[in-house]
Amino acid sequence: MSRHQFDEMYAAPDQVREHYLQYARWLAEQPDDVMRARREEAEMIFRRVGITFAVYGAKDEDGAGTERLIPFDLIPRVIPAAEWQSMEKGLEQRVTALNRFLHDIYHDQEILKAGIVPREQIEGNAQFRPEMVGVDLPGGIYSHISGIDIVRAPVPGGDGEADYYVLEDNLRVPSGVSYMLEDRKMMMRLFPDLFAQNRVAPVAHYPDLLLETLRSVSPAHTVNPTVVVLTPGMYNSAYFEHAFLAQQMGVELVEGQDLFVKDNFVWMRTTRGPKRVDVIYRRVDDDFLDPLVFRPDSTLGCAGLLDVYRKGNVMLCNAIGTGVADDKSIYPYVPQMIEFYLGEKPILKNVPTYLGRKPDDLKYILANLKDLVVKEVHGAGGYGMLVGPAATQAEIEDFRQAVLAKPEGYIAQPTLSLSSCPTYVERGIAPRHIDLRPFVLSGQKGVQIVPGGLTRVALKEGSLVVNSSQGGGTKDTWVLEA
Amino acid sequence: MLSRTADHLFWMSRYTERAENTARMLDVNYQTALLPQSAAVAKLGWEGLLRISELMPAYEFLHGEVNSKDVLDFMVRDASNPSSIVSCLMAARENARAVRGALPTEVWETINHTWLKLSQMLKDKDFERDPAKFFDWVKHRSHLSRGVAIGTMLRDEAFYFYRMGTFLERADNTARLLDVKFHAVESDFYGAASEQDQEYDFYHWSAILRSVSAFEVYRKVYRDVITPERVAELLILRADMPRSLHASLQGVVANLGRVSNSISGETERRAGKMLSDLQYGNLDEIMETGLHAYLTQFLDRVNELGGRISRDFLVPEPV
Repeated sequence: MSRHQFDEMYAAPDQVREHYLQYARWLAEQPDDVMRARREEAEMIFRRVGITFAVYGAKDEDGAGTERLIPFDLIPRVIPAAEWQSMEKGLEQRVTALNRFLHDIYHDQEILKAGIVPREQIEGNAQFRPEMVGVDLPGGIYSHISGIDIVRAPVPGGDGEADYYVLEDNLRVPSGVSYMLEDRKMMMRLFPDLFAQNRVAPVAHYPDLLLETLRSVSPAHTVNPTVVVLTPGMYNSAYFEHAFLAQQMGVELVEGQDLFVKDNFVWMRTTRGPKRVDVIYRRVDDDFLDPLVFRPDSTLGCAGLLDVYRKGNVMLCNAIGTGVADDKSIYPYVPQMIEFYLGEKPILKNVPTYLGRKPDDLKYILANLKDLVVKEVHGAGGYGMLVGPAATQAEIEDFRQAVLAKPEGYIAQPTLSLSSCPTYVERGIAPRHIDLRPFVLSGQKGVQIVPGGLTRVALKEGSLVVNSSQGGGTKDTWVLEA
Repeated sequence: MLSRTADHLFWMSRYTERAENTARMLDVNYQTALLPQSAAVAKLGWEGLLRISELMPAYEFLHGEVNSKDVLDFMVRDASNPSSIVSCLMAARENARAVRGALPTEVWETINHTWLKLSQMLKDKDFERDPAKFFDWVKHRSHLSRGVAIGTMLRDEAFYFYRMGTFLERADNTARLLDVKFHAVESDFYGAASEQDQEYDFYHWSAILRSVSAFEVYRKVYRDVITPERVAELLILRADMPRSLHASLQGVVANLGRVSNSISGETERRAGKMLSDLQYGNLDEIMETGLHAYLTQFLDRVNELGGRISRDFLVPEPV
């Protein structure tokens, strides 16, 4: 194993890391055919349960939209207790700072006045919502549900040790938590004995924490707030998750057509007449929330919603305008935000990032395209991205033109060698690259994180792209209890 | 509960029920067509079946001449026909998917599994290989999803709208079945003169009974030869016959009463009136009106009732 690779399970080809010992011993005892049968069983159950996602633009042979399973890998990703404790602190710190930043940006803008973040980065940003300026939110919280993407990679120039880096913050409508929960459920169903042998921290209480978080930020006038989940509908790729979370929390799953605004409140149409809605966990992007203010052609939202929101008569989770803080052009400033708002040293590291908008950085990017990962500032889901070392000369040239045409639209980072984890592939078990998305809940009573998160795995050999839309799979994530 | 959720539940059960009844009718026609009979008689049976769902024009446009292979194809696997089994089960599944969070996991899994398995069976030509087995399977899956729902759903509004859809659809389907069958008898309602015709009549009426699982019920209740009047009485007026119009309306009224809201009074009154007409009606009276006229009127009233339920609960006008 080279020094540029870090495997979660093996320190060397025949040396299992301590926190994986128990599992590795168990795995060695499992006959191949039993594991194969378990894999098939898992797939059958996922399909019957309908844990599928729709693929944008894809059609099956009959011309209907396709529903795909996200491949589930049987080998868990295991995180030792001490590593998790430090990561948990780092996540709380980071998300707290990001929320402080959002509040600041939409109020006094002290961080701009202090010259830490350039003013044009904010006010010229399409994700900055002038409608939110001066709007006070309960607890000053904007991102109630945050998904922080973390990777582990060898420390440059280090001696084989690796460190966690935050790859990006997702503060708009982060998804994937249902897979975290379903993967655990599946593992417990397939291998109950494993959970008797290993002390794995539970995650199943996430929906309770989520509901508690949502209720904690309800408008001041409510005693027993009505919480709903707002979905774009069953053809959205994450529809399963929307329905799942609504069901687990025991709240209504609504679509825009179910809501209307009257007398400064938001109501839903029920079989017994209109019912007032107090908190909306919305899984619809800002642009589609209110056709009177944002995209006028949207049928996914509710006309007049923003007005009610600004009056404080309904809460949206996450708040409108959080995109300005998870934009890839803002990401490089997060460590400074932590110091500015909290007076603390950042616990979680950022990946060194070059900004196309800075002339020096741009020069560096263009000179080193073949070694860098270049990303569109507003891209998501693994689209609009160049992985230099894996790209052809032609792809690199295309990207060079794109970056030159609009330098401020791109950032670049060194190609991190994501850590790998043993994974079932066609020919047995082989290392595949993984990342991790823990989910951070921020409410009036503080920050809560269930131990673990969603581990995504790039199933293609050598691939660093873990997104499900690009053929990624998932793994159960174990945080071992101390 | 959310109106849209109630709407999806209502239609989920309607489509499941419709798929079942379509399978029942196809099954009986298919079995009857295997009997020695003239091609003309067999064709009559298929034509009647198409008229039931008002699908004659659509069928003729696609296939022209009525023959058993094309009709079966059209009614089972043609996704462009909204009443085909594949369309109904897909609609049931899409409605279930839209409210999967409001359904017990087992109910959703059953309906989803039905759909996935159906797609596979049609692909594998299971239906063409053994139609009778296929129809049995459709019926069985309908029994199963109904049973799982009754066995697992909380008795709240979701359940009442779900059940209401089943009963309303069943009232509609049974009425159509009767209407078409009585129409199909060329030798007039009051039976056959020749011996051959009498024999044909027996198969004809027993086919109707079998299509609503009432053949054995008939024997048990009447202990006598099968006559058209009694078939009509059994399937219209008997409250103890679970697929009769009377029993179906009882189901509609009972569930409607449980979800009653501030604007549904008139709808409840009309449903109640339909029920009492069945409760206190008798066959002579119906025959006086004429069976076809009676059933046509009944279908209109069912249709209107469906519209009213929609307006009062499922798709309310903006306030």
